[in-house]
Amino acid sequence: MDPAANVQPFPLRQLLPALLLGVLFMLAIYLVQYDQGVSQTGSLLHELMHDGRHLLGVPCH
Amino acid sequence: MVWTLVRRGLVVGAIAGLLAGVFAFVFGEPRVQDAIDIENAASAHASLAHVGDWVVSRDEQRGGLFLATALYGIAAGGLFSIAFAALRGRGSQRTDWELSTRLAGAIFVAIVVVPFLKYPPNPPAVGDPETIGERTAYYLILLVGSALAMFAAARVMWSMRSDAPPWARPLAGAGTFIVVAGGLALALPAIQEVPRDFPAPLIWEFRLSSLGTQAVLWAALGVGFGIATVRAAAAHGRAPARGERSVAAP
Ligand SMILES: [Zn+2]
Repeated sequence: MDPAANVQPFPLRQLLPALLLGVLFMLAIYLVQYDQGVSQTGSLLHELMHDGRHLLGVPCH
Repeated sequence: MVWTLVRRGLVVGAIAGLLAGVFAFVFGEPRVQDAIDIENAASAHASLAHVGDWVVSRDEQRGGLFLATALYGIAAGGLFSIAFAALRGRGSQRTDWELSTRLAGAIFVAIVVVPFLKYPPNPPAVGDPETIGERTAYYLILLVGSALAMFAAARVMWSMRSDAPPWARPLAGAGTFIVVAGGLALALPAIQEVPRDFPAPLIWEFRLSSLGTQAVLWAALGVGFGIATVRAAAAHGRAPARGERSVAAP
């Protein structure tokens, strides 16, 4: 039996805007996990989400 | 259609992130506090960044844990749904359920388990603030390389003939992944910063709780997204991706 015979893949043109949105999601992950106060929020975000950062397994102090 | 999937990924990701937050709060948070207590007791080390000196209080940080895991879950769910949309109908998975659960499992192994084995997470007070840039760079190189290795392994599996013996596909896929990701892990430098007198049980329990947090998140994401997609397909009156009849709903 041909695998996935009944599923039409999404054409690339439909996927492209979603892929661009993916960059935004990566930025969100950066803010949660890697921001060292580089963004203008100072260290506030870093301190607030610090426990999550350690427990999600990202290198920290 | 793509946006339906993305919206679903964001919602399921938020739920998965909150579930992971609950797990982290129950099993991980006490170990984080133990480590911070050690850090505060050893405040003679002037080079350490003391969590106790921060403007955000410890109680606010405990609440922030849920914010962090929820935001991470939403972003992970969004990326997951985009990968799901891109792979749907292109790989060897026959159903949305199969694709959702296997994709989540593959991502978990690639971006959580492999980096965990080489650069295991540490509680506060262990890492050297001087080397954070270096440690983050190596960690990310391994994470991205491992994800590419997983994609290569999937490509190898999909390219195999469907009449190959049942062990051929999984062995070829696992072999590709282990050789590429394992080779990269071996090539990257080792980092060992745990102080000699730091309690070993605390490190062990913290690392287990950290791995468990990510496991809860990706399990909930794969299962939740799979359920939501299958149910949505059934509600639209279309047959699930395999084309089999769904069980008649009451
Ligand atoms: Zn830290």
